[in-house]
Amino acid sequence: MSEGFDLIVLTLAATLRVATPLILCAMGGLFSERSGIIDVGLEGKMLMAAFAAGTVAAVTDSAWLAVAAAILASTAMALLHGFACITWRGNQVVSGVAINIIAAGLTVVLGTAFFARGGQTPALEPEARLMPITLPGAESLVGVPVLGPIYRSLISGQNVLVYVALLSVPLTWWIVGKTRFGLRLRAVGEMPLAVDTAGISVSWLRYRAVLLCGLLAGIAGAYLAIAQNAGFSRDMTAGQGFIALAAIIFGKWRPLPAFGACLMFGLLDAVAIRLQGVRMPGLGEVPVQLIQALPYLLTILLLAGFIGRAGAPRAIGVPYEKEH
Amino acid sequence: MGNRHHAAAHPSRRALRALFRVRPESGAAPAIELRGIDKSFGTVRANRGVSLSVAKGSITGIVGENGAGKSTLMSILYGLYEADAGEILVDGQAVRMRGPADAIARGIGMVHQHFMLVAPFTVLENLVLGAEGGAVLRRGLAAARAELARLASEYGLSVDPDAVVGDLSVGEQQRVEILKVLFRGARVLILDEPSAVLTPQETDQLFRILATLKERGVTVLLITHKLREIMAATDTVFVMRQGEVVAERRTADTNPEELAELMVGRKVRLTLEKDAVATGDVLLKAEKLDLTDSRGVKLLDGVDLELRAGEIVGIAGVSGNGQTELLQILSGIRRPTGGRLQVRGRVIDTSHPTDPAEMRTLGLCHVPEDRQRQGMVAPFRAAETSILGYHKLKPFTRRGLLDHVATTAHCGLLMERFDVRPPIPALRSSSFSGGNQQKLVLAREMDRTPRILLVGQPTRGVDIGAIEFIHRQLVAARDAGCAVLVVSVELDEILSLSDRIVVMFGGRIVGELPAAKADERTLGLMMANAHA
Ligand SMILES: Nc1ncnc2c1ncn2[C@@H]1O[C@H](COP(=O)(O)OP(=O)(O)OP(=O)(O)O)[C@@H](O)[C@H]1O
Ligand SMILES: [Mg+2]
Repeated sequence: MSEGFDLIVLTLAATLRVATPLILCAMGGLFSERSGIIDVGLEGKMLMAAFAAGTVAAVTDSAWLAVAAAILASTAMALLHGFACITWRGNQVVSGVAINIIAAGLTVVLGTAFFARGGQTPALEPEARLMPITLPGAESLVGVPVLGPIYRSLISGQNVLVYVALLSVPLTWWIVGKTRFGLRLRAVGEMPLAVDTAGISVSWLRYRAVLLCGLLAGIAGAYLAIAQNAGFSRDMTAGQGFIALAAIIFGKWRPLPAFGACLMFGLLDAVAIRLQGVRMPGLGEVPVQLIQALPYLLTILLLAGFIGRAGAPRAIGVPYEKEH
Repeated sequence: MGNRHHAAAHPSRRALRALFRVRPESGAAPAIELRGIDKSFGTVRANRGVSLSVAKGSITGIVGENGAGKSTLMSILYGLYEADAGEILVDGQAVRMRGPADAIARGIGMVHQHFMLVAPFTVLENLVLGAEGGAVLRRGLAAARAELARLASEYGLSVDPDAVVGDLSVGEQQRVEILKVLFRGARVLILDEPSAVLTPQETDQLFRILATLKERGVTVLLITHKLREIMAATDTVFVMRQGEVVAERRTADTNPEELAELMVGRKVRLTLEKDAVATGDVLLKAEKLDLTDSRGVKLLDGVDLELRAGEIVGIAGVSGNGQTELLQILSGIRRPTGGRLQVRGRVIDTSHPTDPAEMRTLGLCHVPEDRQRQGMVAPFRAAETSILGYHKLKPFTRRGLLDHVATTAHCGLLMERFDVRPPIPALRSSSFSGGNQQKLVLAREMDRTPRILLVGQPTRGVDIGAIEFIHRQLVAARDAGCAVLVVSVELDEILSLSDRIVVMFGGRIVGELPAAKADERTLGLMMANAHA
């Protein structure tokens, strides 16, 4: 096979790896937003989760305990958000921003207190991390043209959590579109009064959505700290929570288009990494920073409302009050 | 059946009446019994010691002034609010309603005045919401589709199960609401002002549906301000006033005059009296007004209209035929895409646009159709609502600061003059009942003694006493030389108020005639554009 083809496969594999936290966060945020609760706190939840995973992995050397801790930390933040927005009908954006600030501060303070490494957690041994897994036959089939390399480098050889992320997409699509819970979820984001008068609890429905969001953002955080990297470092989420939010908006709050947006952001990132230091004839060194900045620029444009809130759940951001 | 002469006065009413011949079951425990229901919101006592009982298989009406507590009572029965005291009995058994789920389980269903439908969902999805029949939708939806077909044939309620609810007409949406209730197996149906938003044709259809439901043994509780509906459809009527039930009548033994008097506590004139006055100058003139929306749909098409001092012009038409847009343009909210408008000498066209503030300075006041969204700010205090649009004027603003005391005093005066209840300027605007909100907005605009007054749906959801009052105010304004334009879907209202009637259809004016020559039939035909 040609070198160019290999390059493409490897870039796509890198795309998946970079897009994984985005996908998990986007699917999580989708649950929350479809229920009518804006989630700008994805970033903070993911950061808390990454910190919890890094800490627990460093202390116990168990990757799965670390994942559990990450989920726990993230759902705790989600619960806080739910408490502020659902029970106390607070402003959802303010609550989300507060969660981001708390996470940014708390992870550094606790990290410094625990490990005294300037907010970092100790570097993890491979046993304490989730490592890429090789699917059966990956090596023996490599001789098969086209499909062989694709199977070995793209489909096999990824982290478990990458597979989890990929699985979360059809699962979200199915839950939101095809189940009773999904129907109610969509309804409560559009017209909570209709849900209430149908005899369904608006609060409980929204709490479940917010908790699901916590769960998925937790897995995303664990991926960052113990799969993609070998430990937690301060502010390691680097705005990916916001990019996931942009992906949701870009995908008009639907799982498959949002997934597509995550892949697009991932691809931009992967290409930027690949082009690092490469000289192009006539252009000189490729301005990698520009490509790397693209997802963020796009995010700003999207979040600033350039593609509009068209397709947004109608009741998003509006606390539900019965006797008003 | 006893006294029918009010029904007989009107041929179509007699036909309707015949539909409701079926007798309610007697002897059995009442379907619903309420005992001593009390409910307060803060200092407002919405229900006090309300007791009533509803026979199985009957249609029972509840009438009362705005704010009498009808909706509150029904919300309590449906579990939306919890009563402060009192008992609810369903089929003779005391039950506690902790939420709508309890009411639904007891076979009680409610069609709210503002529909509880999820607009982007299909009819089928709306139908199953809350009664999906399993964690995965597929089976439940299939079963619901079959059940919908059965209900459609049994009750004559046909709707396309796959239509998106947001695309349906108001009448069809209401049918979906009724189907939702029947789908849950309800035996008691509560309807809160179901005809307030319907066209006359849709209303007729609704009452045919109610007749069928009654035939099938469904008990119906009907709240309405339209006494002719009460007379035509119900077996029994309860009259509420200031939170209490003040009378119970068998429909056959009463008449609209008596009910009106019981509701208001004084004699009410059901017909409007007005003297002829000479019309004056043309104050507003529209020439060839066009409006095309962003998708290229023509909403208004060459509308010509003249308003003279001292006349009331009524615009009749089925809602959605351009009346809303016309009002928006005349009041300066929206810009026409073609044509010219003259308001007391000021010429407005595409290159000389205007805005509502300028219109106000020209003496044009506007009471919008959608009072809740355009006439007021729901969370504002009544005092603030009472100066909206005029808030920069003295004495409300002094040296750039709002004068709270002056505003409150002003609102108090308006409330007294227009009988807004409760007369508390500090109350949130959204806490007033619909009719009282309307009176507040009307009071604000009429207090400016406008030269031109545009009124959209002046009495939508408003009680009989208030209708009489509002109509008299409009006539008084006209007598004082104001040019009044009334847009209403109520033919009765158009007929009794107007000096001149204009009919709109498909964004165009399809007919104009002096009120003296108009009657319900000719107008109805013109509204359907069937006369050509
Ligand atoms: N949620 C609420 N908060 C405060 N006050 C309320 C609330 N709901 C109703 N009220 C008050 O309770 C009284 C009864 O209101 P309700 O809506 O039951 O009247 P109604 O008979 O249905 O009137 P209408 O004919 O205008 O619909 C009114 O004075 C109203 O202002
Ligand atoms: Mg009401």
